[in-house]
Formats: sequence, C-alpha cells, structure tokens
Amino acid sequence: MSDILEIVELTKRFGGLVAVNNVSFAVREREILSVIGPNGAGKSTLFKLISSFLRPSHGEVRLRGERISGLAPHIAARKGVVRTFQETTIFKNMTVRDNVVTAHHLRSHATLAGFYFGSAAARNDLDAFGTSADEILAFLGLKALSDEIASNLPHGHLRALGIAIALATDPAVILLDEPFAGMNHDETRRALEIVRKLRERGITVLLVEHDMPAVMSISDRIVVINFGQKIAEGTPTEIQKNPKVIEAYLGAEDESIGL
Amino acid sequence: MRRTQTATLKIASAVLFLLCLLVAVPLLINATGRSDLYYTLTSVALLSIISAGVWITFYIGRINIGQGAYALTGGYVSAILVMNYGVSFWLTLPLAGLFCAAASVLIGLPILRLRGVYFAMVSLVLTEVARLLALALPITNGASGIVSIPLPSRLSLFGLTLIPDFATLANPRLGFYIASVLLMALCFLGLYRLAHSRIGQLCQSLQQNEELASSIGVNIAYLRVIAYALSSFLGGVGGAMFASISQSIYPSSFTVADSVNFMLNCFLGGLGYVLGPMLGTFVLYFGWDLLFQTGEFQLLIFSTVLIVLMLVLPNGLMSLALPRKRSL
Ligand SMILES: Nc1ncnc2c1ncn2[C@@H]1O[C@H](COP(=O)(O)OP(=O)(O)OP(=O)(O)O)[C@@H](O)[C@H]1O
Ligand SMILES: [Mg+2]
Repeated sequence: MSDILEIVELTKRFGGLVAVNNVSFAVREREILSVIGPNGAGKSTLFKLISSFLRPSHGEVRLRGERISGLAPHIAARKGVVRTFQETTIFKNMTVRDNVVTAHHLRSHATLAGFYFGSAAARNDLDAFGTSADEILAFLGLKALSDEIASNLPHGHLRALGIAIALATDPAVILLDEPFAGMNHDETRRALEIVRKLRERGITVLLVEHDMPAVMSISDRIVVINFGQKIAEGTPTEIQKNPKVIEAYLGAEDESIGL
Repeated sequence: MRRTQTATLKIASAVLFLLCLLVAVPLLINATGRSDLYYTLTSVALLSIISAGVWITFYIGRINIGQGAYALTGGYVSAILVMNYGVSFWLTLPLAGLFCAAASVLIGLPILRLRGVYFAMVSLVLTEVARLLALALPITNGASGIVSIPLPSRLSLFGLTLIPDFATLANPRLGFYIASVLLMALCFLGLYRLAHSRIGQLCQSLQQNEELASSIGVNIAYLRVIAYALSSFLGGVGGAMFASISQSIYPSSFTVADSVNFMLNCFLGGLGYVLGPMLGTFVLYFGWDLLFQTGEFQLLIFSTVLIVLMLVLPNGLMSLALPRKRSL
C-alpha cells in the first residue's frame, strides 16, 4: 500500500513552548493509524497542523505529494483532509439532518447566486445533499434522530454526529480527536465498529485516543508522542513492548497502556 | 401538500399586507386628514430597511452597531451625485448601495475577524468615524451639510414614464411613501429568500460555529464579507432615500444613537425571524413617540420597557406570533 499522507519534520512553537517537535511519519492509504501520548503531549496540536487549523513553525504535511499545511482549514478540507474536534462541536441549533446537509458544502456544483435564485444545479445539489445526508445518518445509526435539534442529543450520539458532519465532506483522510471520550463500554464498541466501517468506505483514519484497549484493538499502526516528540512508531504489539513507551506512561497508571 | 398550503397562505398574507399599506393606509390618511403620518410611516419603512441590514450581520453571528456609518455614507453619495453630477436620484439609489457595499468590503476584511464584543465596539466607532469624515472632507461641505437637494426626477424607460417627476406631484409625501413601501417589500422579499435558501443555512453555520464551518470547507472569511456587504448595501440605500426625502444631509443625520437603534430594532423584533427588524422598527418608533407626553421620563420609561421586553421575550416580539417555529 502506498503512502497517502506524509508528515515531514513538523514543528509548532507557542512562544517558548514546543508543542510539536520535529515529528515525521507517513500514513498509508486506508489504514487506521492512532496517535497516542500523555495529556499535553501535543496530539491535538498535531491534528490542527495537519488540517491547516494551525500554521507550522517548521516542516510540512503532504497529501499525495501536495503540500496541505499552512493553508486554511477550508482549503485542507477541499483537498480531502477533515478533522473532528476533541470538544463536542456541532451546529447546535440545527436539526441533526440539517447539520449533515449543511456539511455537504464541498459537494456543491451550484454557485451562491445559483442557490439564491434556485437554479437547476442548485436544486440538483439540494436533492443530492438530502439523499446523501440520509444515507450517512443511517450509516451512523442516527436516522431516528434526524429531526432532533442537535443540542438535545445524548453524548454518544453527539460524537457520532461529529463524524457524520466530517463524512459529509467526502474526505480522503479523516482525523478523529478522541472520538470515544466519555463513552461507556457499549457506546465505545459501537463507535469502534463505525471507525472500521469508515475504512471500508475507503477512508484513511487518523485517531487520537486515550482509551488504550480500544486503540490496541483497532489500529493498524500507532505513533507515540511525548513532550511533542515522536518516541515510537509500530504495530500495537510492538508498541506495547517498547521500553520507551512504557517509560513515558510510567508515572501514569500502568493499565493506561493496556499492559 | 401541507407545504404548498402554508406557502400559499404566506404569499396571500404578504400580498394582503402590501395592499393594506399601499391602498388602505392612504385612504385612511385621506379620510382623517393626518397627512403627517406619511412622513412617520415612510421613516419606519426606511429604518426597517436599514435595520434589515443589521439583521444580516446578526445572522452570521456579528453584533453590528455601525450601520449608521453606511446610512450616512449612502445619503452623502446620493446627494453628491444628484447635486454635483446631475445624476438621476433613482440611479443614485443603487449606486449609493454599491458604494457602501464596496467600502464595507475594505472595512470588513480586517474587522470581521473580530468576534463578539470586540466586533461590536469597532463597529460602534465606525459611525463616529463616518461623522468626522463628513465634517472634514471638502466634498461633503462640513457641518453645514448638503441642502436643497432637488426632489427625485422622472424615471423613464424607452420613453415610458415609470416614475413621474416628484416636483410635479400634488403630494410628494405620498410618492415617497409608496416608493419606500415598495422598496421595503423588495428588501424583505430578498431577505426572506436569503434566509430560506442554502445561503441562509451557511450563514447559520457561521453563527453557530465558525471553526466547524471552516472544517467542512466553508470559506468563512469570504461568506462573512459577502453578508456584511449586503448589510451595508441596505444601509446605503436607506440612507440615500432619507436624504432625498428630507432634501438634505448633515454629518449628524445618522449618529451613534441611530446605529444603536438599528441594532435594538432587530433585537426587539427577533433575530430568528426575517420580519423581526420590520416589526421591531415599527414598535420602537411608535413606542418612542407615544412616550413623548411623559416628558423628561421618556428615555427612562422607554429603556425600562425595552429591558423588560428583552428579558421576557428573548427571541423577540415575533416569537409571540410564531412561537418556536424551528430556529428560523
Ligand atoms: N493555542 C495554544 N497556545 C499556547 N499553547 C498551546 C496552544 N494549544 C496548545 N498549547 C499547549 O501545547 C501543548 C500540547 O497541547 P495539545 O492540546 O496538543 O495536547 P494533547 O496531546 O492533545 O493533550 P490532551 O490529551 O490533554 O488532549 C500543551 O502544553 C498546551 O498547553
Ligand atoms: Mg488533545
């Protein structure tokens, strides 16, 4: 399998703090790659750099050889890299379905004026957005909640809605920042199933997650970050045996790495 | 089926409302001889157009207390074009709007990055800047302003008279009233379409979460500027019409207090309803006038009532008529 995403010497400084320090790795087409590390290690910052929410101090990110870092979020999204947020992030006063319909923006063929005057292209777009939104909602098990106002959803469904919104952009690479946070056992199991199905749709998945059993069970490969630096990279089994990783996680509870 | 029914009902009530304004109101005014009401109602119509602009910026999640700047600019652009260049007033109307839209793009690009109270403060300053500019620039004629602006001239197309010369009208006040009501109808029709189209949905996405909107590929900077330009366009058109009615424009024609009122009109009417600014302007304008008898207590009573209304009806007066009809 070829590499879809290359992260090259990526560095981000906030004043004196180096949140991401010279990190390089590659992501293969259609793999599930997890980024783990203790709190404050720089995982979310790494995701923000990859999705162009932050501008790197040094280094770059390439999608199929083309630079996508240091641009703007909407441009990275247009090129096919979309993130979800660590905190719950939805359009809270819209219905669940409208959230997903809105998120189809990148699939529009009509212009803004076309949408205003209701051109043929605009009507086609709107039909297509509706059909696709319904399909995505069914795919994520949110169909029955379509007409709920988003802010009324229970936590587990909010996470799924966040993924639904990202899916609507038809991404090549999706970055999930702690998608299982705050979920109970059952919810996590269902969410894991969803992540696997994302890959079946042909999407490459990058995952930041603290739930170690979940990470170990789902990841093809894992990258470990500590104090902004990459300290290890490999399959789940390799990572569990890696002395540097064990050391980084010591001090925290031993269980947290699933040992 | 039900959808087409409600749509028909909406169109019918809109047409009825418009007929009321264009036929019933003039008949009533004729019967009672209160022709001063023409000026009042014309003002309400124009102020609601200007407030509708502010409503658009609310729709993308920005509190705009600077609309007076664009109303003032629009008034001057129209007055200068009519007086110095002999341009027909009816042509200066869209030109004033376009001038304001262009200016707002330049101003909006930097300041629309600000959110919440920061944008509100900067926009507040804009009105004052516009006033100072009007005082200082040679072309605006300083504090004495531009006066004796001629009434709108004839508008014709292929020799066909569309609008007669206002100077030849027996009652130019009626002429201005009709023109302003039609302008208002056009403005709110356009606004309704905007809010209920995909563009409205994108504006809402900005209002509710700009980060998420940009993550799904919306060019938020671009959309913000477009919305702000539309807003300023309406401010400019309203201001131009005002200058023509009063046949004059001064640096103090639109002040910070007016900018605040435009914002309050939207708040009071309801930010979630297209017709909110129209209702808000009407109630605020007449409410203020009704309290005139209370003399020195006018402002005190007015502000108290306003605060209580906003506490009791956080979604505006329109929420009484259309209770919680989704979030639109
Ligand atoms: N905008 C910012 N300005 C300054 N410092 C920041 C900024 N964003 C993050 N940091 C700092 O960078 C470091 C890495 O933060 P980051 O959010 O990437 O960690 P994380 O690995 O995602 O942590 P967690 O597991 O708690 O989510 C932290 O020390 C944080 O305080
Ligand atoms: Mg984080």
